[in-house]
Amino acid sequence: MITKRIIPCLDVRDGQVVKGVNFEGVRAVADPVEMARFYNETGADELVFYDITASFEGRKLFTGVLREVASQVFIPLTVGGGINTLDDFDRVLKCGADKVSVNSGAIRDPSLIERAAKRYGDQCVVLSMDVKRVGGQFRLFAKGGREDTGIDALDWAVRGVESGAGELVVNSIDTDGVRKGFDLELLDAVAARCKVPIIASGGAGCREDFAELFRHEGMDAGLAASIFHFKQLSIPDLKAYLRAQGVEVRL
Amino acid sequence: MLAIIDYGVGNLYSLASSLKYLGVESELATRPEQLRQAERIILPGVGAFADAARKLSESGMREALLEDVAGGKPLLGICLGMQLLFERSFEYGEHPGLGLIPGEVCPLADDLPAGLKVPHIGWNRLDVLRDDPLFADFRSGEHVYYVHSFYAKRCAEHTLATSEYGVPVTGVVRNGNVYGTQFHPEKSGGAGLRLLKAFAQI
Repeated sequence: MITKRIIPCLDVRDGQVVKGVNFEGVRAVADPVEMARFYNETGADELVFYDITASFEGRKLFTGVLREVASQVFIPLTVGGGINTLDDFDRVLKCGADKVSVNSGAIRDPSLIERAAKRYGDQCVVLSMDVKRVGGQFRLFAKGGREDTGIDALDWAVRGVESGAGELVVNSIDTDGVRKGFDLELLDAVAARCKVPIIASGGAGCREDFAELFRHEGMDAGLAASIFHFKQLSIPDLKAYLRAQGVEVRL
Repeated sequence: MLAIIDYGVGNLYSLASSLKYLGVESELATRPEQLRQAERIILPGVGAFADAARKLSESGMREALLEDVAGGKPLLGICLGMQLLFERSFEYGEHPGLGLIPGEVCPLADDLPAGLKVPHIGWNRLDVLRDDPLFADFRSGEHVYYVHSFYAKRCAEHTLATSEYGVPVTGVVRNGNVYGTQFHPEKSGGAGLRLLKAFAQI
């Protein structure tokens, strides 16, 4: 049977990995190529790279990093950040990405999901969404979590899957960086309405948080950044723990 | 020299990189004579069966490939490239394949118990049913990475390994010098690299 996936996420700006708390105050951590190799060797099931630069130079640096990673690390690579057009898909796929994650680009132009799925297949298109509670509603946020779109996040997820998104990354702004566990209420609500793999993001603070996540139906993967980057939790320890808890993982 | 058939289907960067990483000399082949000169061939592929079959024919590589394989050259089909090896596929209609391995390609969704998602995407255990030089450096039960919605059926005689996903999913097939893997060895970490290396030594 398919295993639950553990996915470190690397936010890259100007060729360096950074990680913020609640998306603000980003700070540099390390070299992305070195980190990718480290995570591959220690059992990461997949890597997600977000390009958080906006400049042309930054973008070129990012694709250089991606090429370098893809020539040394042979596990699935998902790339997001600044994906607005099919040309952007093309650019990162040619540099070794396997899946492309869309976020603000799909909010600006929802047809992007469908067009990309038709050209590259559903399995290639990951819809990443930043969600925050506003007045009792799960609300979709854009621009790295800075802008309330007014759109209902659950409706958005359903629409994305209908358009051809093959996976969903559900990132809770409310729990991101807080390290008190994934946003299970939000994740359950998404899983109840979407039958594609769900990658939970935001809030992992300890191994028990992952075990709790995978006890919930429909959860395929847990994504985290700082607890892995700062070595508060190692992937081999996490996986050994999960297996002991009866969760199927790749060791 | 190992030739990777480049017929405009999918992304060959990782596959070419993985072979380079292993120290296996390879080139992307767009012309039939490149296949003829190669010692072994990989047929990759991502996307829709009918579209890929058409592109393979139009590129002129289909005939060259069939000739080389008939001459005994080792071939490895990966993912959609493996599905193309079979007699036919029922992916949105019925389409003829290369007919190198008896069997057909059918929708996973028709056979899965309720609750299992399609595509079958992620890491799954690969259980070896029949030993083979391809598994020279692979332990049965290691995990490999799958991404697919269709799978090969009625090919038990030629199946070397399967993965469990509600049904036994055909993972590795072989008919003489023709091999196929449904999963992506170039994305399956160390285990996948060892399979690729073994193919390069067959």
